[in-house]
Amino acid sequence: MTVRVVKPGFFTTVQDRGRFGYAHLGISPAGAADALSLRIANLLLGNDENAPALEMTLVGATLEFEESAMVAISGANCDCRVGHKWLHGQTATHIPAGSVLHCGSTIDGARSYLAVRGGFDVPLVMGSASTDVRGRFGGFEGRRLQGGDVLQVRRAATAQVCLLHGGVLEAVCPSGPLRVTRGAQHDWFSPEAYAKLLASTYLVSEQSDRAGLRLQGERVSPRETSQLLTDGIPLGAIQVPQDGQPIVLFVDQQTTGGYPKIANVIAADMHRIGQLRSRDQVGFGEVSIAEAVEALRQQELWLKRIFATGSVDPFTA
Amino acid sequence: MKIIPASDSSLLVVFGDAISPEIQQHVLGLFHALQTRQDPRICNLHPAYTSLLIDFDPLLTTHHTVATLAESLSSTGRSAAEDSTEVVEIPACYDAEFGVDLADVAAHNHISSDDVVRLHSSASYHVCFLGFTAGFAYLGGMPEALYTPRLATPRRLVPEGSVGIAGGQTGIYPAETPGGWRIIGRTPLRMFDPLAQPPTRLQAGDWVRFTSVDRATFERLRQERP
Repeated sequence: MTVRVVKPGFFTTVQDRGRFGYAHLGISPAGAADALSLRIANLLLGNDENAPALEMTLVGATLEFEESAMVAISGANCDCRVGHKWLHGQTATHIPAGSVLHCGSTIDGARSYLAVRGGFDVPLVMGSASTDVRGRFGGFEGRRLQGGDVLQVRRAATAQVCLLHGGVLEAVCPSGPLRVTRGAQHDWFSPEAYAKLLASTYLVSEQSDRAGLRLQGERVSPRETSQLLTDGIPLGAIQVPQDGQPIVLFVDQQTTGGYPKIANVIAADMHRIGQLRSRDQVGFGEVSIAEAVEALRQQELWLKRIFATGSVDPFTA
Repeated sequence: MKIIPASDSSLLVVFGDAISPEIQQHVLGLFHALQTRQDPRICNLHPAYTSLLIDFDPLLTTHHTVATLAESLSSTGRSAAEDSTEVVEIPACYDAEFGVDLADVAAHNHISSDDVVRLHSSASYHVCFLGFTAGFAYLGGMPEALYTPRLATPRRLVPEGSVGIAGGQTGIYPAETPGGWRIIGRTPLRMFDPLAQPPTRLQAGDWVRFTSVDRATFERLRQERP
């Protein structure tokens, strides 16, 4: 079965959880900027949580479904409708054959994820369906979607869907400052500079994209004047170039770089970076590595618990 | 050797603070030793000039376990640094049309453009690591007479295959990207093909030589590529 792109939205790509194991070739993971929402959209449909889905940025796509399908939208809320019928977010919904799904602008975040039962069928490149926009490979022809594109959907073996109840997302998606641990070059900065990073509120600049969130606010210049030799960049690293304005690197980031890294967003908060829009405000709070790992463990347990008690799909039962 | 937690999911193993062939051996030795193990707990390896970043899944292992593994592999790992002895030949056309900064590199070093081409295509280079963008190899071993600082303002787009110089490094742009390296020529070869196995023409540890080719050969090789 196929889905035709009537309008692509602002920036829509096919993503899964990312392409790992190729950093030594200069290949960044790509993948969903908010991987937690991608997983939730898939789990709502009974898909493998890594099934390829659409990541829609700021303005959603308009899609025509050749056959009936089950879809789920997660991540940022956006006004989605089929004809005059509005769709609820975080819920599996039946789409009749021949209908057109309109996804509007995101309301409370940067990215919405549209999953379809079975998952979008694109060739795997280096083991992943994710679009590497800079490298122009993976996903759908290595690029963002355009009007007229026709996506294939895999036939699904499973018929089970899950229902998410109100309030559950808030539990896995805490608000407040982004939690960070100390970066590899943390000691290149004075204690005052580091304290300033944690005490300040930054504005997300319009120059931001999937490779990095550029922040505007208090300068946190390193005290060392010597140049850092290029080294590896972990996902979520906060690097500080000469101008003292931090950059939070994520999914499409360079694999190596030459700026000192003052701190690093914890894995359990990584998905929140993907929901920040330009002009959003963001702050940072330090946790220990043990606390960071525990937060991730809790998040995973939580996700497993919700979806272990899934209810049966009323449309296919 | 210093092992620093870089995040909740990674460790940075630092072997020194200056570029040297010996330190490079250590980095690549540990990289190859870990790569060979195909450990499902390890997600990504980022070798660089003096360090190796190890990304792992913190739900499957701990900083302590990975650090212990890195230490034990490093102490036994020298022999595992199987540096390839094979030399990868990279044809490059140094015509002024491609080498838009060739004259500037010559002027900066008070030599002729022909000297730049002769020096650049006579040295053997070592692939220190790949980074920046898919398939971009940082090549060490450039003759000092060619050292030139990068452009003050990077270009918005550098054509695919461009051969550049930045300080004491040389490298090839595998795709059209922004870039600030001084461009002295262009290779007709595809340096990165996502569908090939391996996807990059060069790997960390390889040896590389540039062969100067004329424009006609460049065009022929360019047309021959898949």
